[in-house]
Amino acid sequence: MKYVDEFRDGELAKGLAAAVAIATKCAADATRSYSFMEFCGGHTHAISRYGIADLLPANVHMIHGPGCPVCVLPIGRVDMAIALALEHGATLCTYGDTLRIPASHGLSLLKAKSQGGDIRIVYSCADALALAQAHPEKQVVFFAIGFETTTPPTAVVIRQAQILGLKNFSVLCCHVLTPSAIGHILESPEVRDYGTVPLDGFIGPAHVSTVIGSRPYEFFAEEYRKPVVIAGFEPLDVMQAILMLVKQVNEGRAEVENQFSRAVTREGNLKAQNLVAEVFELRREFEWRGLNIVPYSALSIRGHYAQFDAEKRFPLSYRQVADNKACECGAILRGVKRPWECKLFGTVCTPENPMGSCMVSSEGACAAHYTYGRFKQLVQA
Amino acid sequence: MCLALPAIIVEIRDADMAVIELGGVRKECSLALIDDAAVGDYVIVHVGYALTKLDPEEAEKTLQLFAELGEAALAAE
Repeated sequence: MKYVDEFRDGELAKGLAAAVAIATKCAADATRSYSFMEFCGGHTHAISRYGIADLLPANVHMIHGPGCPVCVLPIGRVDMAIALALEHGATLCTYGDTLRIPASHGLSLLKAKSQGGDIRIVYSCADALALAQAHPEKQVVFFAIGFETTTPPTAVVIRQAQILGLKNFSVLCCHVLTPSAIGHILESPEVRDYGTVPLDGFIGPAHVSTVIGSRPYEFFAEEYRKPVVIAGFEPLDVMQAILMLVKQVNEGRAEVENQFSRAVTREGNLKAQNLVAEVFELRREFEWRGLNIVPYSALSIRGHYAQFDAEKRFPLSYRQVADNKACECGAILRGVKRPWECKLFGTVCTPENPMGSCMVSSEGACAAHYTYGRFKQLVQA
Repeated sequence: MCLALPAIIVEIRDADMAVIELGGVRKECSLALIDDAAVGDYVIVHVGYALTKLDPEEAEKTLQLFAELGEAALAAE
């Protein structure tokens, strides 16, 4: 596949690994180490799947961030989706990723479906809209989750629903924002409980940045003196981004650099941004699984489009549900603990039966380590 | 979740729709979020929507840079 295979080339990876190794030896302080957070689950997955961690020198540490929308979706929101299907008789359309998320009362969307809930997997929100058009007798609700990548498509269908005058289509909006989560990791009250996170820089999102551009990260570079390198999701992209971060740290720079220049500009996709601004507004606060309440970190549907807001159409209320007390996801998402340092990891908490957010999707830090990383530890042991 | 792949536009249809091809598989994709897309352009496709056009020149530059960085490093070892 063009623009995919070339960016996974093993020979080029060896060269980049050598370049990273040399760069880390050029630090003013030869004993220093580097800790970088990759925000996105897509990067976490690439690092684990392609063995990037094994190609890095021992003094470069990758910390897996909270950028997996499935992982950070709080139980209470999944409970609302289940209630729509089971109590309000709605036809709930969802991306397949959400089906296995454990919710309250031992339920998940998959189990709710087996209990008779009309729950359907869609590839695109446009499929949910088409279903509503084809079935005027059904109340179709789209369970809208995701970061800035999935938000513009949701905005498109809400606008289309209004143009079509659809009376049986609405959206349970759970869209969240990347920059507010990065800010929260750097400066939340919980940082005091978990201790300081020793982060030397960030690998910035790939596809989120195609939409929002590289500009929103400039704040973190300026305000927190943390370098940010936006990188593509292919393994060579990640390797080059790590090299760029090491060089910035060595040279005492804290800038936003764009490795993913084939798809990301500073301004981003203005057409998509304008659509999102027209349909959505900031929520005052939103709960993130593992991060707790994060102010101004999510979107809700504007009053002008209220008739398509499932939270207004149906009598729904949000209830915060606590995670298992032994779950260390909060510390893991902030990079303070590693997956294997959690008592539940690999014992009661597995990808088949996830207890905490990091185990839910294959992009979560714990699931990625469970699937790809723990074998190395077994060999070393 | 934010997984998206570059695919080539092989046909433009009405109402902002296009047919894209990836690894021999063809599928419909919406162009509602981008402007000025043409047959032969590569777009990054996510949940049935093209998020942005891919810049072939920048892609080539990045690949060249990978090779140069690697060669220099391997020669220095």
